[in-house]
Amino acid sequence: MLKLLKSGLYTTVQDAGRFGYRHKGVPVAGVMDSFAAQKVNMLLENQPEAAVLEITMTGPTLEFEEDTYIALGGADMSVGLNNIPIHNYTVYKIKSGDTLSYLKLNYGFRGYLAIKDGFKSEVVLGSRSLFKPVTSVNRLKDNDQLLYTVYKSFQPKIQKLKVDSFLDDEVLEVDKGPEFDLLNDKHLEGLFNKEFTVAPENNRMAYQLNESIPGHEISILTSATLPGTVQLTPSGKLIILMKDGQTTGGYPRILQLSEKAINILAQKKAGDIISLKLPKKSSRI
Amino acid sequence: MNPFPIVIKPYGAFAVLIEWPPRVEESILDDILRFTEYLKNQRILNEGDWELVPAYNSLLVVNDKKQVEFKMMKSQIENWYASKDTVVLPQKYLWRLPVCYDEEFGIDLVEVSSTLRLSVGALIDLHVKQSYTVYGIGFLPGFMYLGGLPKALEVPRKATPRQKVQKGAVGLAGKQTGIYPQESPGGWNIIGNCPIPIFNVALKDPCFVNVGDRIQFYKISKAEYDLHRIEGEVGIYKMEKIKIDA
Repeated sequence: MLKLLKSGLYTTVQDAGRFGYRHKGVPVAGVMDSFAAQKVNMLLENQPEAAVLEITMTGPTLEFEEDTYIALGGADMSVGLNNIPIHNYTVYKIKSGDTLSYLKLNYGFRGYLAIKDGFKSEVVLGSRSLFKPVTSVNRLKDNDQLLYTVYKSFQPKIQKLKVDSFLDDEVLEVDKGPEFDLLNDKHLEGLFNKEFTVAPENNRMAYQLNESIPGHEISILTSATLPGTVQLTPSGKLIILMKDGQTTGGYPRILQLSEKAINILAQKKAGDIISLKLPKKSSRI
Repeated sequence: MNPFPIVIKPYGAFAVLIEWPPRVEESILDDILRFTEYLKNQRILNEGDWELVPAYNSLLVVNDKKQVEFKMMKSQIENWYASKDTVVLPQKYLWRLPVCYDEEFGIDLVEVSSTLRLSVGALIDLHVKQSYTVYGIGFLPGFMYLGGLPKALEVPRKATPRQKVQKGAVGLAGKQTGIYPQESPGGWNIIGNCPIPIFNVALKDPCFVNVGDRIQFYKISKAEYDLHRIEGEVGIYKMEKIKIDA
């Protein structure tokens, strides 16, 4: 068992996502920064869908009851294994009784902790991703315990991975959304000629931006949405749906973030700067 | 034969969106459902990680893992749409759902009835009189977008949304009526509560309703509510459903 002595601000179990139930209104959920999560799972030679801990801003204090191997990734956080600093994208051996303490967030927003073979938490509708009300809770609390497989020895093919981090990136590459063509020149100018800051209203469901663009009176019938969909409210606010975002919506879907852009945004917190960029020649239009 | 002109749009790297004319119409919904059924049986789409999400006048075709090549997919869908006419609509059901309209649950009933200039009894009679078509499921897991509300029951959303609306709450807002499948914040006017769980993760299909089905409410007492609620919790409540002829 992994014991959460302190759970941290928002520590949650996530895997690749819960697929096959969007038509019943179930969001896909899953890791916000899939790039980082895939890399740490890869280092441990896990299945890509192995469940990891997603750790937001203030991390937990953990105690391992059995031997295993772990790797950290995503946000740059100061983490101590028995009080000795350890680093991202490196495989570490864990002995029964070891403690892992997250001390400080240096850069980015969401860290990932992968464990050999993945966490063996409850599977609901084909996924271990926590999402209330599909699962009973959204996140872990103090003294929660998580099951994992004991590994006494494991020879990783790669001990340490050099990862081109995108924590510095501020440009989100987007495609045109289904309602893009209903926008006017003023909207386009507002979208692509300035920077935005991430609003305090940001979480796994959606990121709002502080700055508005001109409003509109475009009305659409409720239709499907995706993680990464940029919705424009009538007053000109931009809402970017993320992994726990609703599966349908009634606001115009003006842009769609690329997979990479979702990963970049997942590492942003309130006050961080981003800008939107439409490729000059989009291959899909 | 193609009864409707459809538009196929790219929607990110993993999905395409098919749009029908923007009208709330059962003939459009039926055409979407017929095409959804057709797509499910295409070899390319019934293998792998495809999901189909119909709502009102659109159908999302999304792959969970692989990128979609838009131009190829578009012409493929056009061909499929042109040859789908032999497909039979999947069986639709009318679900009869019990609602307790007692004041304990219908917390906005008195206010709404005065806004609409109806007696509480007349309002309830209108609400249970007809069935409503499920045009989409979304917003929350198991939340149904229901169409067909009588004009006399159209009432604006509450000026200030509630932080917590009870699970099972039955509400009115604009042209819509519906059930909150889970506790959630919400701005609808609450007129009753349905004791039957609409969304249940213990079941292989967590939500018994499908887009295209119909919902009809019927009025129950507090005593019946308590009974059905327990039956629903332990899983012995017997759903009332009636086949709808195509």
